[in-house]
Amino acid sequence: MVLWLWSAAYAPEFYTTLHDLLASVFGKVLLLGWTVAFYFHLLCGIRHLIWDTGRGMSVPAINKSGIAAVVLTFILTAFTWGVAISAGVQ
Amino acid sequence: MRSRLGRVKGLGSAHHGVGHWWQLRVTSVALIPLSMWFVISLVTALLSPNVIHVAEWFSSPLNSIFMILLLAVNFFHTKLGAQVVIEDYIKCRVSKYAMLLANTFVCYVLAGISILAVLKLHFLDVATSM
Repeated sequence: MVLWLWSAAYAPEFYTTLHDLLASVFGKVLLLGWTVAFYFHLLCGIRHLIWDTGRGMSVPAINKSGIAAVVLTFILTAFTWGVAISAGVQ
Repeated sequence: MRSRLGRVKGLGSAHHGVGHWWQLRVTSVALIPLSMWFVISLVTALLSPNVIHVAEWFSSPLNSIFMILLLAVNFFHTKLGAQVVIEDYIKCRVSKYAMLLANTFVCYVLAGISILAVLKLHFLDVATSM
């Protein structure tokens, strides 16, 4: 993210190189991994914030929210990539 | 949130009370909308092969302000989060303090570098310089 911003601002030639790398199969695998990690961290973070209010602390509720976090991660990742592909992101 | 004695003395086991814990919660709440906005921006506009599109996107004050907020809060949250991991899992005192120091430096340097890049893109005259 820092490299991307820095190259756009200070090294436009390197921006193209970086973009081509991210657009390659290897780059797409990295971005896919980042998307999964992002949504999983986001959802687990929200789960922790809910726990901090004292809610959802029973064992069945914790099991349920854990499964929900994993399932929602994959749904949101698929949705994000679906939007990106249909929007023609290169 | 804090006991009366704790509030008077301002001390816990870490001598900072719940400050660190609370800052981590505050930054995480702020990051929920900011990070989702960033992902939407990436997919809809920013992942462009053309660097000029990126520069034009940052010419909007709103985009630049949200991006700077995201970067500042994000790197502060990263610093706090990694600090907890180091404090909890590194037993050797020397490497623990070396890593805590490095963690703080790296997070603040990355925040500074990336915010500077956003400022440059924001104040860039796209028509003449690219």
